[in-house]
Amino acid sequence: MRIACPCCGDRSLDEFIYHGDATVTRPDYSMPSALDDFIAYTYERRNLAGDHQELWYHAAGCHAWLVVARNLTTHRVLNVSLARDVALARLDTAEGGA
Amino acid sequence: MASQRYSIFSVIKEALVGHTGWMPTWRDASPKADYDIIIIGGGGHGLATAYYLAKTFGLSRIAVVEKGWIGGGNVGRNTTIVRSNYMLPGNIPFYEQSLKLWEGLEQDINYNAMVSQRGVLNLYHSDAQRDAYARRGNALRLHGVDAELLDQAAVRKMLPFLNYENGRFPIHGGLLQRRGGTVRHDAVAWGYARAADQRGVDIIQNCEVTGFRRDGNRVTGIQTSRGFIGAKKIGMAVAGNSSRVATMAGLRLPIESHALQAFVSESIKPFIDGVVTFGAGHFYISQSDKGGLVFGGDIDGYNSYASRGNLPVVEDVCEGGMALMPRIGRVRLLRQWGGIMDMSMDGSPIIDHTPIDGLYINAGWCYGGFKATPASGLCFAHLIARDEPHPIATAYRLDRFRTGHAVDEKGQGPYPNLH
Ligand SMILES: Cc1cc2nc3c(=O)[nH]c(=O)nc-3n(C[C@H](O)[C@H](O)[C@H](O)COP(=O)(O)OP(=O)(O)OC[C@H]3O[C@@H](n4cnc5c(N)ncnc54)[C@H](O)[C@@H]3O)c2cc1C
Ligand SMILES: [Zn+2]
Repeated sequence: MRIACPCCGDRSLDEFIYHGDATVTRPDYSMPSALDDFIAYTYERRNLAGDHQELWYHAAGCHAWLVVARNLTTHRVLNVSLARDVALARLDTAEGGA
Repeated sequence: MASQRYSIFSVIKEALVGHTGWMPTWRDASPKADYDIIIIGGGGHGLATAYYLAKTFGLSRIAVVEKGWIGGGNVGRNTTIVRSNYMLPGNIPFYEQSLKLWEGLEQDINYNAMVSQRGVLNLYHSDAQRDAYARRGNALRLHGVDAELLDQAAVRKMLPFLNYENGRFPIHGGLLQRRGGTVRHDAVAWGYARAADQRGVDIIQNCEVTGFRRDGNRVTGIQTSRGFIGAKKIGMAVAGNSSRVATMAGLRLPIESHALQAFVSESIKPFIDGVVTFGAGHFYISQSDKGGLVFGGDIDGYNSYASRGNLPVVEDVCEGGMALMPRIGRVRLLRQWGGIMDMSMDGSPIIDHTPIDGLYINAGWCYGGFKATPASGLCFAHLIARDEPHPIATAYRLDRFRTGHAVDEKGQGPYPNLH
């Protein structure tokens, strides 16, 4: 398995550190459901076979946080983006929807 | 049910008649319309659960449903190490009970599982690590579990060929559990299957669970690739697939699935007596009775359902091996494979009710669930039969993360890839 970093190009897996499911986001502490939301955020994962959005850190390269889309049954990497871009796009849709 | 008792006499008798009289080890059952209890997953834990439900709790009308063949999951993929040298109070009594059950297993189920108490030695490489091992050893002895702290001279006597003078990771000594060792893993699946079958349990292979049927908040049965099967109580013991099966019941678990690899070398003459672990990296090794070196190391470290790993971990494991015992460097690797494990958020298992009535869960065994097989089966059977946890498994609750009672043996926090 290799990951194509948007900054550094196609690199070996052992340059990266894994940080799990990229779809979990920090909940709003002021919501009435905050306790449940934080428990789910910290501990519960979807963890299904198929395509998975996940965070990788390019530790032995450019130090960027990446969101990698990867298939968990084939290990095929489908897409790599900068986590920053993914977060900004999320913000845009949230504001757009408001 | 016709059944054969295995003994030296049955072996001699069969030798005389050209091995024509052996009967199938268990019946390949077809699903009935309904059961009192269904266990999902024909791995070590599922089969052991069915066996203890029948034997210890005297229950009947039990089925084990397995999507492939029994023994095809992690029970047949692991590196066969059994030990009880855990540290936390929630863990020690459970794993010690498991080791005690291993000690009597072969007589209990009349099956040769090749239980071999050849000793498990964890090496330490620094003063700080020696202190940590002394602490763990003391915790064990306070619980009545055997542990011996060895200095370098004692380890040298046992294993003269290790690299004691390694510049970065000199070996200072080790923590030894003599009662630990290895067990022939697939024989455990077959032995429990046979013993359960003899007590009337239906073992149904090639039967994948695809969904649950419910009446209000109570399960009433499972949808499978071989049709609907009704049940009053359902226990899931599907190891690396726990989240997938739980999702069918609308549950989300504190689990990630990860791959762990194992390696076997060509056969060589007797070389390593017991199990040895390297304390400065992640590498552990033992030698099978056939002569192959059986070894492994870290999990690959990212979510996977692929049952195979990647090369960086192969390299890391081999580096650990070379740092510890350079003389294995010219031994050729024969086989290598991976298994998918249910890594829980604190590295400890779950044996509990689910929020759905009649549905029970046994999951989160990480890379250490083989040694737990007998106790896991016994405790899960207790839970299903009596609707209350077995006294040695009360820490393994599903809601422990919510209540702040995580059992974090390694102290790593909620990062499954670090446990
Ligand atoms: C490489 C490797 C090395 C290991 N080494 C050790 C070790 O040295 N010591 C140790 O203690 N532990 C070790 N382990 C961990 C241990 O093997 C597991 O924790 C343990 O085997 C899991 O329990 P099980 O035997 O019931 O799992 P499995 O044998 O995996 O059983 C689960 C079963 O559920 C079935 N299933 C899944 N989904 C469905 C469905 N939808 N319907 C029906 N059936 C389904 C699967 O096909 C499988 O047969 C190792 C694991 C691996 C992968
Ligand atoms: Zn990079």
